[in-house]
Amino acid sequence: MSKSYDKQVDVISNINVTIEPGEFFVLVGPSGCGKSTMLRMIAGLETITSGTLKIGDQVANHLSPDKRDLSMVFQNYALYPHLTVQQNITFGLDVKKVKKATQQERAAEVAETLGLTDYLKRKPRELSGGQRQRVALARAIVSESPICLMDEPLSNLDAKLRAHMRTEIRRIQRKLGITMIYVTHDQVEAMTMGDRIMILHEGEIQQVGKPIDIYNNPANPFVATFIGSPPMNLAYSDADKKASEIVIGDILRLPVPSNEIITIPEYQLIAGIRPEHLRPALKESPEEDKLYVVVTNVEVLGNETVFSFKLGTNEWKAKWSGQWHIEIGDSIPILIDYGAFCLFEARTGDLIKKSTDLGNVVFGKEVLV
Amino acid sequence: MTTSLPKKIWIYFLLISTSFLVFFPVMYAFLISFMTGPELLQGKFLPQSFSLDNYIKVFDRLPLLNYLLNSFIVSVSVMLGQLAVCSLAAYAFVFIHFKGRDFIFFLFISTMMIPWEATMIPNKFTIQKLDWLNTYQGLTLPFFALAFGTFLLRQHFKTIPKELHEASQIAGLSKFAFFRRVILPVSKTSLVTLGAYGFLTTWNMYLWPLLITTNKSVRTVQIGLKQLQSQETGTEWGVVMAGVIVVIIPTLLLLFLGQKQLQKGLSQGALK
Repeated sequence: MSKSYDKQVDVISNINVTIEPGEFFVLVGPSGCGKSTMLRMIAGLETITSGTLKIGDQVANHLSPDKRDLSMVFQNYALYPHLTVQQNITFGLDVKKVKKATQQERAAEVAETLGLTDYLKRKPRELSGGQRQRVALARAIVSESPICLMDEPLSNLDAKLRAHMRTEIRRIQRKLGITMIYVTHDQVEAMTMGDRIMILHEGEIQQVGKPIDIYNNPANPFVATFIGSPPMNLAYSDADKKASEIVIGDILRLPVPSNEIITIPEYQLIAGIRPEHLRPALKESPEEDKLYVVVTNVEVLGNETVFSFKLGTNEWKAKWSGQWHIEIGDSIPILIDYGAFCLFEARTGDLIKKSTDLGNVVFGKEVLV
Repeated sequence: MTTSLPKKIWIYFLLISTSFLVFFPVMYAFLISFMTGPELLQGKFLPQSFSLDNYIKVFDRLPLLNYLLNSFIVSVSVMLGQLAVCSLAAYAFVFIHFKGRDFIFFLFISTMMIPWEATMIPNKFTIQKLDWLNTYQGLTLPFFALAFGTFLLRQHFKTIPKELHEASQIAGLSKFAFFRRVILPVSKTSLVTLGAYGFLTTWNMYLWPLLITTNKSVRTVQIGLKQLQSQETGTEWGVVMAGVIVVIIPTLLLLFLGQKQLQKGLSQGALK
């Protein structure tokens, strides 16, 4: 499939992407970025101003929604309130004039998979949020369409159920081999569910790729702060070529290897570093590498500790694993490596240096043996 | 909710007395229908004996069954006609996007400001020119398009999430199938309300049938009652009231049967 849209009002522009069959593709972005609009354009509920949408080899721009052979799950589930769960599930089949016996069979099968068998005779209003969500999912699955569109299906559920449904949806998608196009504003959902994710901002693609690649090598400062929690720490910085140093936030001076300083351009940059790459300084660390920072906020989460500090005018966050007994106002030494930084061009936001040293947070399987 | 006993007594006292006030005319008519002429003139409240003479007389004097049947046919067809026309109009106003939709809707609604009586004469001429005097269509057709009904249903249809529409589009439902299989069942309460309203209004209609009917063939029951009064100089009120009681029975039946739905539907329209 390939599609590129160009809407006149520029709600969405220059989208050009191919979604592979059987892929779990996540569209993610802040609210109002056009992700739902894009999904609705794929579904045929919104017209395409220009460009072409292909489903398979067929140009689908002017096909009506039911001819596109896809199913959709809505944010508010859109269950028919006057029909029972069973009738809701088979509604689409009934419209397509599938035989009654086949309908029953397929509904029973899907209900079994999703644990809805006991609720088939109930009306949607007698179900809890999670059950309704599963009915909506069942309705999408039962149609056996090769493509399934989901528009923030989990946003009305509580946190625990959401985590459960995330794995559930992923499991079903893998089992049935459906091509899933999934819209969310939640970066955790995007990271955990997607084979590939597309980050949208103001109707334009920011980056498309595997979640982990996007996390490690964000294409611009927007992606850097959108993906990851807490977000990547950013600060304006300049290169000081004479001293072979980079000045971050007017305060922090870091030495840069001489072969690399040549490649750094003269104009203003934005430097970014993930909170987990700011390391605690140990007793044996050389004194000149330590940076003393004053803690402004501490969050102890049990298995990790997040604390904030001021670097120049920016508030940065560091994330260390374990429980750290740090008080607000403490001055603590930390280590910052040049290698862990990403550098972006300040004006265009282009990535000019990837973070190379992921040191203590990336592991391979061989570590386990 | 728990209420103290004195408060309860007070509330029940108020309810009983007001319902007595409201229901008094009907009760009095019911009692009169069993009285003889002299009894009535003495100003008694309770008849000496419950004789059914007046009822026999009223069926003798008028083709009352015939009138009742006419009224029933007219009321039911107006009710069905209104439901069909109003729900389709409301559907168009909510789910189909076309230019000037809101303007047309407000124009449509503004006809509620014009009293029915003002348009009666032109309507009467239209029916006359169509040669529809003394026909059922003459009695019913002018009432099919009802601004109030369209408004009521539109308000309800607007509360239906648009995702339902989109979901049915993806399922491959045509516009009319969506209307029939989703909209109508979902809006059942409003439809019942409108139906009851239409039925009762038509049942109690007096002026229009008076203009349109000139003979007994399609004459409705309300005109029949009036006939009872004016036929002779000394009206036999007992007979008239017997007629009245017969006529209000369907109304009361409808009210008792549809009370719950009616309340639900009306309050829904008021809240949204």
